Amino acid sequence: MQLAERRGASREGRAQQVRLLSPFRRTLLALCVIAAPALGGVLPEDRADVLWHDYNGGDITVKGPSVLVQKKAGDSLSFSAGYYEDMISSASIDVKLSASPYHETRKQENVGVEYLHGKTTYAMGYIHSKEPDYIANTTFYSISQDMFGDLTTVTLGYRRAWDQIYRDIKQPDGEIVNDPTFHERADHRGYTLSVSQILTRNLIADFNYELLTDQGYLANPYRKIRYLSPGQGNGFTLADQIYPNTRTTNAASLQLKEYLPWRASVAGSYRFFRDTWGVVAHTVEADYTHPWRHWVFDGMVRWYRQTHADFYSDLFPYANYQNFMARDRELASFTDWTFGVAASYQFNVPGAPWISKSSANVRFDHLYIDYKDFRNALLASEYGAGNEPLYKLNANIFQVFVSIWF
Amino acid sequence: MSSSRRIRLTRALTAAALLAALAGCSAPTPWVKPYEREHFADPIMSFNRDPISSVYLDHVLESREGARGATGAVGGGCGCN
Repeated sequence: MQLAERRGASREGRAQQVRLLSPFRRTLLALCVIAAPALGGVLPEDRADVLWHDYNGGDITVKGPSVLVQKKAGDSLSFSAGYYEDMISSASIDVKLSASPYHETRKQENVGVEYLHGKTTYAMGYIHSKEPDYIANTTFYSISQDMFGDLTTVTLGYRRAWDQIYRDIKQPDGEIVNDPTFHERADHRGYTLSVSQILTRNLIADFNYELLTDQGYLANPYRKIRYLSPGQGNGFTLADQIYPNTRTTNAASLQLKEYLPWRASVAGSYRFFRDTWGVVAHTVEADYTHPWRHWVFDGMVRWYRQTHADFYSDLFPYANYQNFMARDRELASFTDWTFGVAASYQFNVPGAPWISKSSANVRFDHLYIDYKDFRNALLASEYGAGNEPLYKLNANIFQVFVSIWF
Repeated sequence: MSSSRRIRLTRALTAAALLAALAGCSAPTPWVKPYEREHFADPIMSFNRDPISSVYLDHVLESREGARGATGAVGGGCGCN
């Protein structure tokens, strides 16, 4: 929290501190932030959440626990700590085509601190994620300022991440180890501007803009491209993907939320995305929240569409067709829909007066992805290379969690 | 246009620009008074009522889509193979 001013520091002292900063550092200081969507000037509530998640779709299951604790210390400081785990069992279409099914666990820890001074909130945090073939360290910083009679909150954010990428190989005795010939790195930077604006006594808007840059190894080391090779095997040959070493993405979103006369809320949002790889995406989402007695019910519909990257192809005409080549389906053209419902029940915990409120929550989402140029290559022997049916993904996502406020 | 008339016009435009700039610097009067904001204290009006849940769902979608960012969430990196 070196960014925060000490309480009671003299005006001259503060001016001296500002003068000590070079223009570059002042600019960096202004950008050193990450978007915290909550209204500034208010620290998070003292709260603990324990969640179990379960994703099942496309022959992949990912499940595990997640814990998040937020606790204030005095009137100005708030700390948070979290733990998240993904237990992955994958036999996805990509794995079946070019690798072998696997099980692995990803563990993530995060800590953060927020400092409130007047109408300004400073925040920073650190996230560490580790899996057998991927280690990521992320730091983030943000500053939020309430203004115009507290109708407006502006947040500036910055994040920096360093990834180390390995590739697992199976030894003759069946043991899975990191390939000693493969060790890559990737660096990421993100800049965020967020504006939250009260428009009427029932309507609030939230605008977010985020610029992200990546540099380093950005491909998936396990996935392959395929190119036509008539007369051989299923009519195609697999080869390594070749990605650019840099990527810059821009995303801007606008959300509106309205309080309805019968104590319910409705929200709508739109996000536009474009990157230097040629991907353009649109996201539209609508949410409805309806409390009833001790319950709160939520419904959500989300629509997403993207165009493919310039260097993506499901089947290249021949080997070394162009300098960059990818077949990651995240870079294909597709449309997806997500439908979600959630229910939350608030209850009192007898014999625990220190718990002011508690809730039990369940949420279910269904994700459907309709790929426009990613084919099921596993059916090449039946249909012929390039004539396979387009791939579709259906996934069910469950969350169960308990929250307490203290 | 004579030079004196040009100077007067320049001065008038400068004064108008200064007034406009000063008006821009003054804080606008809040059109929603503090006592009219009780609905925003209701948790159902939060954009992120349950951060542990929304961060997870953002992570699931971001792992499967090409787009990312501008969701208000900060995620850790992962291979997401």
